[in-house]
Amino acid sequence: MSRPSNETDSTDAAAPDSTRPQGHFDAPETITQPKLSPLGYLRFFWRQLTSMRTALLLLLLLALAAIPGSLVPQVSSDPNGVIQYKAANPTLAPILDKLGFFTTYYSVWFSAIYLLLFISLIGCVVPRTKHHFDALRARPPKTPARLERLEGFTTRETSLDLATAIGRARALLRTLGYRTEIYSSTDTVGDSVSAERGYLRETGNLVFHVALIGVLITVGIGGGFGYTGQRVVVEGYAFNNSLASYDSFNPGRFFTDAALEPYSIALDKFTPVYEESNHNAIGQAIDYTAAVTTTQRGQAPQQQTIKVNSPLDIGGTQVFLLGNGYAPTLTVRDPSGTVVFSQPTACLPQDANLSSICVIKVPDGLSKQIGMLGFFYPSAVNTTKGGLASNYPDLINPILTLNVYTGDLGLDNGVGSNAYALNTDSLTQVAGIDSVTKAIRLGPGDKVDLPNGLGSIELTAIPRFASFDVHHDPSQLWVLIFAVFIVAGLVTSLFIPRRRVWMKAVTGESGLVLEYAGLSRGDDPGLVAAVAEIADRQSQQAKA
Amino acid sequence: MTDTLASYSLLAVYSAMAIYAGAFIMFTLDLARRSAPAPARLGASSVVSLGARGGSTTLLERLATDAPSDSQPKGPRYLRVAMALTVVAWVLHVSGAVLRGVAAGRVPWANMFEFTLTATAIIIGVFLAVQFWQDLRFLGAFVSGFVLLALGIAATNFYVDVVPLPPALQSAWLVIHVFVASLGTGFFALGAALSVMQLLQARRAVGKAVRLRFLDTLPAADQLENLAYRVIVVGFVFWTFTLIAGAIWAAHAWGRYWGWDTKEVWTFIIWTIFAGYIHARATRGWRGSRSATLAIIGFGAVVFNFTIVNLFFKGLHAYSGL
Ligand code: HEM
Repeated sequence: MSRPSNETDSTDAAAPDSTRPQGHFDAPETITQPKLSPLGYLRFFWRQLTSMRTALLLLLLLALAAIPGSLVPQVSSDPNGVIQYKAANPTLAPILDKLGFFTTYYSVWFSAIYLLLFISLIGCVVPRTKHHFDALRARPPKTPARLERLEGFTTRETSLDLATAIGRARALLRTLGYRTEIYSSTDTVGDSVSAERGYLRETGNLVFHVALIGVLITVGIGGGFGYTGQRVVVEGYAFNNSLASYDSFNPGRFFTDAALEPYSIALDKFTPVYEESNHNAIGQAIDYTAAVTTTQRGQAPQQQTIKVNSPLDIGGTQVFLLGNGYAPTLTVRDPSGTVVFSQPTACLPQDANLSSICVIKVPDGLSKQIGMLGFFYPSAVNTTKGGLASNYPDLINPILTLNVYTGDLGLDNGVGSNAYALNTDSLTQVAGIDSVTKAIRLGPGDKVDLPNGLGSIELTAIPRFASFDVHHDPSQLWVLIFAVFIVAGLVTSLFIPRRRVWMKAVTGESGLVLEYAGLSRGDDPGLVAAVAEIADRQSQQAKA
Repeated sequence: MTDTLASYSLLAVYSAMAIYAGAFIMFTLDLARRSAPAPARLGASSVVSLGARGGSTTLLERLATDAPSDSQPKGPRYLRVAMALTVVAWVLHVSGAVLRGVAAGRVPWANMFEFTLTATAIIIGVFLAVQFWQDLRFLGAFVSGFVLLALGIAATNFYVDVVPLPPALQSAWLVIHVFVASLGTGFFALGAALSVMQLLQARRAVGKAVRLRFLDTLPAADQLENLAYRVIVVGFVFWTFTLIAGAIWAAHAWGRYWGWDTKEVWTFIIWTIFAGYIHARATRGWRGSRSATLAIIGFGAVVFNFTIVNLFFKGLHAYSGL
């Protein structure tokens, strides 16, 4: 019942499989001594690179190399985290930075590993594909001389004559999906059927590996044509799909302005739904809906909605709803009552109840430039420490407090260009904890004088804002298609058995005896049962 | 109403744990029983011999070990009791998960507690289902012990009240992605258990003193390796699907299909380790103990991904609810 040992009757059929890469347990063991020519070394190196062992080591190395990127924050996914990490670890961070740990997945070493792996993969797949094409056209291998050394060896007596027995065996095997060939042994003509099936297994394996290459190439190249842009939009306002309109923009390597299809999106209304009944989760967001009006060239405006998990498809892009918050509208007047500033300012949410930080800059129109650092509480309550906090994300008791600063905001020299930050180092606080005048406190519609006779400020309205991510990624569909091939190839290659089966007629004491045996190629737990079933079916056919 | 159902759910889970504890003891007693000298049983595994080259799984017959025709009447009784207890506990366990889902009005795998609850139920489910294909009851102590531990930690450390789903989780992909991931985890767990046994058997085979007599009654190392391989490749297919489904979902919820978020990184690492395992089994010099070690490391990474990564790493997948 054991597998054939190779020294005795090593026929083609039972020989190791030459289509397997070097180092595969089923491949012939070759000892390659490099010839001392440069070409010889090159060839030796190539064979090493495309061997099973190298593929395995590179795979494990890839797993190992991916780990650092999960331990320290990454520039790509968490830029603020990187800044914090560097501040917290002043000695370690520069070393990690040098090693590329903050950009693990774009680092030289990580790239080197996966590029080598994929070169190895290509070097492995190409010859295997060629072998497989040949195998698909080749005839099933010659019947081994002694079947009893193969797997699942079994015999059945029969009363049929040789030609009928062979013919029926062949017909049966063919209906079972085997490719068949009739062979003769030294003493009898046409006394055995050789059959092979499961070529799809190797096909699946090749499809799987090729699809992996496909994913890498489409991600690497296709991704370069894409772009992503982020934009905060306040209710009642709109933005265009143009470079100038985005708050931040990340073009791919091959991006050109032509890739931006012109359209505009206006945020009409943003509607959150908060949990009200489940006492464990009062105030937890359960739904967000952005009602928008989209306008595309040559088309009538359209009303649509964008939700988390259901982006809007428009102009070759997808528009995602990622964040939201409040954008209090402040109206600043000079001492004569002329409006010098009136617009909403998006405030950055700090917690689930949307306590937010607002930065307002009024560079023009007053006697001095003023900057304001605000804290906004949609549902303000007094804390035990005497401060304010928000205890619900909706507008139940909105309060905006403002620290006011005067001085040079630095907008002209670009220092103060980050809209969400106010550098107070060179500014003078005129209202707030550090100054004589207390911080300004505004409810909806409240109007208060600014200190030092600067003018007045009014909280005119509290609209919401939504932040949108706009993505254009031409590789996405292709990646998905290759992913489907990956799964299909994998399933085919893992679960379709590839096997060879032989039936041989020998003359026994009382007539013809049919011998059956099989050989598995790859993981094939069902082989023995399959051989027995073939034998049984044939003897039943003969009786019927 | 929600709270009442949630407390019934917890009650069911605690009862299940008590019964799993009983099953665990019984499974262990069974292993101890196997440690008693049992010359009659020897030879069972030699029926199934694998050729030197026959790496390509040649499991010729169903494993003959533990045939019910056992001459020791006391023997399999522990095992039968253990299995019966496991089934009872599992029914309670599944009811606990279902009740939790009903209480929340959604699938019961949206935070760490719920995920542990459901994933462990699936692990036991896979363990029970696999018995129809192959007698792997000898893994019972390992599996029930693991699940008991996981449930205990979840109920005491991860428990959170039922809360509604945040918008990003409201997706059909939550159902598919997480469920398939749990299925994959179940198969990887069995694979790891088989690989541990395989390593023990292999050590014993080379004459290292492994004083675990029950090993006599288990299949030989190469058979265990073949079993492990077949269980793991099923897990691997599920894991591949999980990875892809996760990417599709991420594309919907976060606007990109892949962003090297910590959870994505670890899912990828696990996938790569098991791809390595499959290659190792196909590589001369790596079959056997080395590939078994990879399978165990891989399952270790699965557990790590779920516990340490969820609790201590920063990322978009911050759904532990803790
Ligand atoms: C990106 C790198 C690679 C990955 C992720 C990968 C993954 C896989 C997976 C999942 C399988 C099992 C499923 C199947 O049989 O289709 C497999 C099998 C296989 N791979 Fe790869 N592979 C990679 C690179 C390579 C390379 C470089 C080689 C060539 C040396 C190779 C040769 C093989 C062979 C021969 C099998 C069949 C194993 C057997 O006979 O059981 N693979 N690979």
